[in-house]
Amino acid sequence: MTSNSNLSNMRRLVEQLKLEASVERIKVSQAAADLQQYCLQNASKDALLVGVPTGSNPFREPRSCAVV
Amino acid sequence: MCDQTFLAATFGPCDSCGKASPLMNIYVKNEPINYCSFCVEMMACQGLQSGETLTSLKKESENLKKKLEEERGKLTDVELHQVAEKVEAVAALSIKTRRVLKGHGNKVLCVDWCKDKRRVVSSSQDGKIIVWDAFTLNKEHGVTLPCTWVMACAYAPSGCAVACGGLDNKCSVVPLSLDRNENLAAKKKSVAMHTNYVSGCTFTSSDMQLLTSSGDGTCALWDVESGQLLQSFHGHTADVLSLDLAPSETGNTFVSGGCDMKANVWDMRSGQNIQSFDSHVSDINCVKYYPSGDAFASASDDATCRFYDLRADREVAVYQKDSIVFGASSVDFSLSGRLLFAGYNDYTINVWDVLKGNRISILFGHENRVSRVRVSPDGTALCSASWDNTLRIWA
Repeated sequence: MTSNSNLSNMRRLVEQLKLEASVERIKVSQAAADLQQYCLQNASKDALLVGVPTGSNPFREPRSCAVV
Repeated sequence: MCDQTFLAATFGPCDSCGKASPLMNIYVKNEPINYCSFCVEMMACQGLQSGETLTSLKKESENLKKKLEEERGKLTDVELHQVAEKVEAVAALSIKTRRVLKGHGNKVLCVDWCKDKRRVVSSSQDGKIIVWDAFTLNKEHGVTLPCTWVMACAYAPSGCAVACGGLDNKCSVVPLSLDRNENLAAKKKSVAMHTNYVSGCTFTSSDMQLLTSSGDGTCALWDVESGQLLQSFHGHTADVLSLDLAPSETGNTFVSGGCDMKANVWDMRSGQNIQSFDSHVSDINCVKYYPSGDAFASASDDATCRFYDLRADREVAVYQKDSIVFGASSVDFSLSGRLLFAGYNDYTINVWDVLKGNRISILFGHENRVSRVRVSPDGTALCSASWDNTLRIWA
């Protein structure tokens, strides 16, 4: 039974590798350019990256200290 | 809407391997048989073609692996950080701890934001789930589960329920009610059933379907209402520690990472493993999609985080430093995808520049290892969960 399942496992592995080898790929330069473009396009909306005016970030609300 | 047909499934001992698991009721030559989905696949692969032996298959798999590497190598004309050289460096960040959420009695293992950008749900080793309002530090709901080590929790897209799972091998959905006096634990409903611990869970685009990953090496898609198994995903050869769903515009895929050091991308409808990446040298603790859906990052015990592009089908960046020797437990991207927040076992969160590959800053504050980091849905804040029993909101 074990030899049978080893064989089945190997067949599945070979089928899986064949599937992966046939995937359509693009060049890294193009993929990188697209990633970069996405970052730059959305950079202005990214509060953690550029920071937003103190008033509009609810977590950074200006807290006033009252000296008693 | 639902125009797909799924095979009816029951739960019980499999006719072929004897293990108790969700079964597929299929008919072979008009005879009904109940096999678990793994045995169904094995059955489909049996029946050798002439001339095949174990050695010939091994050789073929080695050749295919080599061919795969070659194909991937052919398209590597340039590195990501080289393309990003002309981009302006990120200015110094002014991210600080703005809130500390105290209330758990033991290590906080998981956290998830609600779509309303202010509530978070967290789960802990002490078996408790707490829903917090992050603005006011108010604890809105608390549920005690009968098991310890609740490793996974997720907020439903509607904000009306949370899912949680862990050492009880199940993933349950708890509807949240506005009535403070109601006992939420009584309304808890078990949806997913695995044969080992549940390491990760997430709702799909609606409250109706739940995707889980488990220590039994599989991921599974469940219907919340009926508890039925809709699809199971086999391919990992060890515990699956994390999963992430592709951002909605890009379709029905998800990525999972596990102790077999592999990150696999799956098609949710067919259950097929479409792509696989194995450049890590230790367990992958967390995987997270890039906001555009074309790439994903992974965090591993080998102290590196890596960035993989799905269309180029390869790793395009490694985020590591000689001074970082502790494993990374969790990663998340900022809204634009420019920043990668990674939580480490040395109690810090490192902020990496995704494009250029350098570390921008370190966030100190936790007093024990960081177990999970999550950026809020609108990108205004980062929530981190730690073994020091607290959660911190950074903004």
